[in-house]
Amino acid sequence: MAAEGNAIDALSQFELVPVFGAVGRSVGFSQSSAHMLLAVGLITGLMIWGMSRRAVVPGRLQAAAEASYEFIHELVVGQVGQEGRRFFPFVFSLFMFVLFGNLLGMLPFAFTFTSHIAVTFALAAVVFIVVTAVALAIHGTHFFSYFFPEGAPKLLAPLIIPIEIISYLSRPVSLSVRLFANMVAGHVMLKVFATFVVMIGSAAGVLGFIGAALPLAVNVALVGFELLVAFLQAYVFAILTSIYLHDAVHLH
Amino acid sequence: MGDERDGFERRLREARTRQGLDKPAGSTGGGLPTGSWGIGFRAGVEVVSALVVGVVIGLLLDRWLGTWPWLFLLFFVAGSAAGVLNVYRLFSPRRPRSKY
Repeated sequence: MAAEGNAIDALSQFELVPVFGAVGRSVGFSQSSAHMLLAVGLITGLMIWGMSRRAVVPGRLQAAAEASYEFIHELVVGQVGQEGRRFFPFVFSLFMFVLFGNLLGMLPFAFTFTSHIAVTFALAAVVFIVVTAVALAIHGTHFFSYFFPEGAPKLLAPLIIPIEIISYLSRPVSLSVRLFANMVAGHVMLKVFATFVVMIGSAAGVLGFIGAALPLAVNVALVGFELLVAFLQAYVFAILTSIYLHDAVHLH
Repeated sequence: MGDERDGFERRLREARTRQGLDKPAGSTGGGLPTGSWGIGFRAGVEVVSALVVGVVIGLLLDRWLGTWPWLFLLFFVAGSAAGVLNVYRLFSPRRPRSKY
């Protein structure tokens, strides 16, 4: 798979290739975009199809749809408060998009679009712009007092304000880098251990097969761990978005 | 309510906390996962991203105003301070007026 010659090629899995033939090539439609469309389609399908029966005793799909809805609803209301309910659709869309991106990447031959900083940073930039716009809409120019804690000596203003502004601007960077780095690290590890399986297994006959069982076992454990990370990172993305929204709504 | 049954609720809560079923109150860190690896990684990301933002602002201002390298150095220091501030906020419990 990845063991051309004797090199471990762990990074080629992140390469973008155009799909859908000449049409895809001419508009730069990569497999990443295709997986994003697939994720959006799956989420919409889960929500619409899952809730179409409106059963009192939910089936599997309806239970999944309801559980994800209630999970994020509880998270948003818990972090932002009752007035944060209007941000629920925003946080829920972000959470489901990131979660499905991470989970789709765990399927064989699939692509993880959350492993590209361009994608995660775009999502984080949307969060940043929305949060700042909400804060400005609610508090007006009072929003700028956010960068100078009341009660601090005026003399320190030239020191505190740049630091606070940098700290505020670093939010989208840390939000995107966290998700991106987690996904890249996980998939590189999976690929490296999968390459070990092939390399050792094809090396020395029966002994090689026995030796290859070790990296294979590691890979099985890693797949489980990656599923945990996929969920956890989507959760972290959603909860940090709600924490930022809380700051925007309440300011101090 | 719990007191009627000689503090049953309280003892149950304590037992659950002792067994690690419930997190002790006030140590939730804003609802974020609190593994040592997770916290360490988070702190590292916070420091590096604040530093990167500071350095980028410094470089852009320098290029605009032609003051290389002074603003770069200034914002490098400010970025480091913002990184430390980020980590401090990560570990300090969220107070009512906390900005996280």
